[in-house]
Amino acid sequence: MQEVKRVSVREIIAERKSKKKLFGLFKLSRGKSVWENVIAVGLFACSVFTILVTLGIIITLFSETINFFSRPEVNLWDFLTGTNWRPLSSNPSPENFGVRPLIRGTLMIAFISGAVALPIGLGSAIYLSEYASEEVRKVLKPALEVLAGIPTVVYGYFAISFITPLLQRVLEDGLGIDVSFFNALSASVVVGVMIIPMVASISEDAMRAVPSSLREGAYALGATKFEVATKVVVPAALSGIIAAFILAISRAIGETMAVMIAAGATPRMTLNPLESVQTMTSFIVQVSFGDAPSGSINGQAIYAVGATLFVITFLMNIISDIVLRRFREVYE
Amino acid sequence: MTASVETNGDFKENLGFRQKLGRFFNVLLLICTLVGLVVLTVLLVDVALEGGSWIRLQLFTNYHSRFPEKAGMKSGIVGSLILIGLTGLFSFPIGVGAAIYLEEYAPKNWLTNFINININNLSGVPSIVYGMLGLTVFGRMFGLFEPDSWLVKVFNIPVTTGMQGGWQFDLFGIPGLAIQLPFGRSLVAGAMTMTLLILPVVIIASREAIRAVPPSIREAAYGLGATRWQTVSTQVLPVAVPGILTGMILALSRAVGETAPLLIMGAFTYVPFLPESVWDQFTTMPIQIYNWITLPQEDYRIHLAAAGIIVLLAVLLSLNTIAVYLRNKFQVKW
Repeated sequence: MQEVKRVSVREIIAERKSKKKLFGLFKLSRGKSVWENVIAVGLFACSVFTILVTLGIIITLFSETINFFSRPEVNLWDFLTGTNWRPLSSNPSPENFGVRPLIRGTLMIAFISGAVALPIGLGSAIYLSEYASEEVRKVLKPALEVLAGIPTVVYGYFAISFITPLLQRVLEDGLGIDVSFFNALSASVVVGVMIIPMVASISEDAMRAVPSSLREGAYALGATKFEVATKVVVPAALSGIIAAFILAISRAIGETMAVMIAAGATPRMTLNPLESVQTMTSFIVQVSFGDAPSGSINGQAIYAVGATLFVITFLMNIISDIVLRRFREVYE
Repeated sequence: MTASVETNGDFKENLGFRQKLGRFFNVLLLICTLVGLVVLTVLLVDVALEGGSWIRLQLFTNYHSRFPEKAGMKSGIVGSLILIGLTGLFSFPIGVGAAIYLEEYAPKNWLTNFINININNLSGVPSIVYGMLGLTVFGRMFGLFEPDSWLVKVFNIPVTTGMQGGWQFDLFGIPGLAIQLPFGRSLVAGAMTMTLLILPVVIIASREAIRAVPPSIREAAYGLGATRWQTVSTQVLPVAVPGILTGMILALSRAVGETAPLLIMGAFTYVPFLPESVWDQFTTMPIQIYNWITLPQEDYRIHLAAAGIIVLLAVLLSLNTIAVYLRNKFQVKW
């Protein structure tokens, strides 16, 4: 005999409400098998794992960064404003721990590679979105994306085996300008090529999202194809294009291998792209490669530099996200 | 023969010039598009010319050597293959699980929104930062297993010091099921780091594959009384699997080419043995190539490195071919 338990409707509602309060995140439900709920919780845990990764990054970087700055040999102000980066010097002192040379090196490479990639990427995007026929596009777009799939160490090899000798031949032998073997320009060129597909594909997506009625309207007013592309489509897709630019620059800032191989490891405050520079990323690898013990000043310095790098790229990603969301022209 | 248009003074028709400008622009854009492809071609030709004649059997059968003619990348090839196998094993359940939750289960609330933004952000974090995360969390485990840590003192854990120091024990006392804490420079540590690195890519690709399954399929299943998980596991996933696998393989091919995170974790450039277990040290193809690039002799720096790159690109090409094949063969058109 099955026992019938009598419960009032009010009790059921109260129970459901309390459950909903506890597990508002999934639809845990009575009457379904336990298995269903176990799976729901498991899947939820998988996606919460991604938040743990972010937390892990923040905790890892910043806890060691705090340890670094609590050392007597360094302080935050000199770190951010100092212009000498000599972490391996025999007397560690605040004036030897100024991160600006690394930031300068990083930004120089990011800007030059941006100067290479942004116009070319944007041009490719306009061509693919507005000019190319469907057949041409089907061939060109995947071919362009191959560039993004090539490992960065290969780009580094290409820089020192092809670009640097080329620069030396043209500038040094041809014009008499000194080009050192490790130089920022060569690294910037390959990083620029590397980020072309990123600029092109995000911008192109933005342009293709512009409704064709806008183009047709412009044609009806007598605009040429050039005018439609530059005066209608590009402005309409501007938020996507700017987001693509920011993301690409952020990618260039975080790029490691190509920069390390081609630009060398000389931290210096220079604006001459034909000299060797050191970026934040290549400093981190250089120290890890030398196997600095985890408690040493250099072992902690990489976390301070890593945290700086993380904050810069994180802010850029956030800004690009905001640009994309807030300033998007919404049609229909 | 154009009809004359009445215009105000500002407007100049000047159609001839405007169309010339348009044609010039068209050529300019085509050149932009071709720049990338020309560089790609030059890169491939450069690598092929420098390294083509150095593709020999030794490259696959030998370890790194002091003599360029005898040097190979056997340990790198094997290391890379095991590493992506493990990475696939780790990232598939988590990535697909998260994708299923976000597509099929997640309610529209602040948490879901936050998870979405977070995944987007993670995909923009430089790979080197993942290397530092892996080094700290998996490689060193925050120094918890060093002799002077509180954990070791409180629980009196028998740790050893040195290169492979830490705590070694057999799981459940079963010999062979050994665990080593911290993970150090082992394949496990490398694969876990790579898992975190490619996780956003895996999740985004899997979500797209799941989203491509039309809602009518789900509604039909619900209509027949299926539960949510029954619907997902018997209707949605079987159709989405080719798309998920394609995304997975593309993500893994990114992991194959990654160098910086593993260098940070302390992966060795010279490993003259094959790993016997997942707790062993390892090296990978890109690390071996990087090592050759940094050596002073031209034979290593230019030729052997190029030969290594050819092998690496061949592996990437075959992974991508498999991905495209899977997509074309099993993709369901609705």
